Amino acid sequence: MMRSILFALILFGAILGIALPARSAQTFNPEISLDGLFSAATFSDPDHLQFGAHDPNKRGFTLQNLELTLAGNVDPYFRGEAHLIFGLEDGESFIEVEEAFLTTLSLPYGLQIMGGQFFTRFGRQNPLHPHAWDFADQNIINTLMFGGDGLRSPGIQLSALLPLPFYLELIGSAQNAEGETATSFLFAPGETFAGRPILERDVHDEGDLLYLSRIKTSLDLSESVTLVAGTSHLFGPNGTGENTSTRIHGVDLFVKWKPLTADHGWPFVTFQGEAMRRSYEAGEATLDDGTVLSGEKFKTDGFYIQSLYGFKRRWVAGIRYEQADATDPVDPASGERWRASSNLTFYPSEFSKIRLQYNYDKSDDRDDPIHAVFIQYEFLIGAHGAHTF
Amino acid sequence: MRPIYLIASFLLILQIARPVEAAPVNVVTTTEDLAAIAKEVGGERVEVESLAKGVQDPHFIEAKPSFMLKLARADLFVQVGLELEQAWVGPLLLGARNGKIRSGAPGFVDASRGITALEVPTEPIDRSAGDVHLQGNPHIWLDPMNGKQIARNIAEGLKRVDPKGAAEYDRNLAGFSTRIDAALSRWQEKMKPFEGAKVITYHNSWPYFLKRFGLVAAGYIEPKPGIPSSTSHMRELIALIPREQVKGILMEPYFSDQAPKFLAEKTGAKVVPLPPSVSASAGVNDYFELFDHLTNRLAEALR
Repeated sequence: MMRSILFALILFGAILGIALPARSAQTFNPEISLDGLFSAATFSDPDHLQFGAHDPNKRGFTLQNLELTLAGNVDPYFRGEAHLIFGLEDGESFIEVEEAFLTTLSLPYGLQIMGGQFFTRFGRQNPLHPHAWDFADQNIINTLMFGGDGLRSPGIQLSALLPLPFYLELIGSAQNAEGETATSFLFAPGETFAGRPILERDVHDEGDLLYLSRIKTSLDLSESVTLVAGTSHLFGPNGTGENTSTRIHGVDLFVKWKPLTADHGWPFVTFQGEAMRRSYEAGEATLDDGTVLSGEKFKTDGFYIQSLYGFKRRWVAGIRYEQADATDPVDPASGERWRASSNLTFYPSEFSKIRLQYNYDKSDDRDDPIHAVFIQYEFLIGAHGAHTF
Repeated sequence: MRPIYLIASFLLILQIARPVEAAPVNVVTTTEDLAAIAKEVGGERVEVESLAKGVQDPHFIEAKPSFMLKLARADLFVQVGLELEQAWVGPLLLGARNGKIRSGAPGFVDASRGITALEVPTEPIDRSAGDVHLQGNPHIWLDPMNGKQIARNIAEGLKRVDPKGAAEYDRNLAGFSTRIDAALSRWQEKMKPFEGAKVITYHNSWPYFLKRFGLVAAGYIEPKPGIPSSTSHMRELIALIPREQVKGILMEPYFSDQAPKFLAEKTGAKVVPLPPSVSASAGVNDYFELFDHLTNRLAEALR
């Protein structure tokens, strides 16, 4: 099977081997930018429920994300992009390769291949870097499904923009399934899942990879209203047995209103929502004390909806509601949980922001709700960041 | 999940859904001004569409998926350049997956090529000066002489992607240039009485226009490009307007009229809404009508 994937890639290589002249001289320097994202936080209960690795997750100050981005066209065939994260944990500095991948520039038939280490293109939120989040913290459901760092891994992605009268993109990817950036698959935080020990499973064959298929479509409802909708499906192995698997399905919707005559991008209104469901197939296990656990399926689901209102130039107000059934063992919290958040963001320019956010966080296993307040601030120096839609 | 089947079905769908080769050359431009010029040069052989509408600020266009689709089908892509579209063209071109119009490919045209940019920073500069364009001011289309160079650049691009039409493009280009020369003396004649007149502009969008027609920018409502006006800056402008005998406050239609109106109330200077682009105002449907409209409006306002 691996051989047939390789063959397909070689075939694509041949198709892409059409010589394209590079005519205009370009700058050889890569686009370099550095983004610093910091926050100050306080919680009504020090034992709070912030599990995102880039969340403001302690009282006082947090370096949420310091991201160095290098990007540029490699040659006429590829664009390269790397996002390196510098972090601080208990006073210790660390570096992390968040993403580093190449993208083909000119395959025929609307095809594009991406290869390297990258965020899985599941839904809208997972592929975003923390500084592009609309709220100061990570969504509950994303944390539950993809862990504190988001789902990302080395692999390869093929996508196609279909030649139809409307926008329809098909995305398929295969990535490694192990490591702490692939929770729900060959990694689970902790030693066990539902009482079953997590096995060390290496990649034996193509069945041990993590597969994504995604369909994304977009319609312009009018000149000022655009809709983007998608469905995503993930399939991969998990560590509770030799042949156990996890499936995650998701739907996402995004609608943006912005009048044509917007002044510097204001005013605007966005609505965004995602719902996900995971089916985790836990394997049979015989425990040390002789107890036999039979195979069992665990279902987890949840959603978030959020809306932003850019009501005045430089100012954006946001609200978010989330609900998740966190009764499964991968999540550090347990019980039903819901959270309501509101925030206000001021953008002095495109290159900085200051955000105030309040969370009301309620979970079944606690008597009292947790109140959280964040002040988040960001700076961006270097190359102009691209605005994705 | 068998990736090879996935790939195979992709190819199959693509094969089926592939459109019949359309006869006209499909030109996609970032702005209506480039589209207007491309129509002049391309004539009957081309179909032209602009991503931004004339009433939109070309700095702040959304990288909408539907734009990727348009670029995916394009034979020729024309951008203004000088970093005007920097925030949104990159993701669109990458998402379009169209090798024909990739930067450096035959179907890619940078309209600013061969134009001497104004206001290229001559000393070290950083973003504390606002959103300054390091390669110079990008509002090049507002000088009709630059319009001729833009037309030449587009004609070159068209000849690269459609060599069969070369003679026609050359003919159209020559005709366009001749008509611009004739119209320019008419426009300059109209603006002559106002030579040296001082104006305030909202954004620094007009240096090419002002230079060509002999007007002078005495100040800007934005204290620095892209930075909103402050109270102290407004006080400076209120003092400056009578001192410099500023006649008009030029304003692009997509900016808030709050600050210009306030200035006008305080000083008696006139607010002059001016469309900086084709189709930004009623009756401005091509590149010639744009300058007809601009010179008429200004002649009226400055009288």
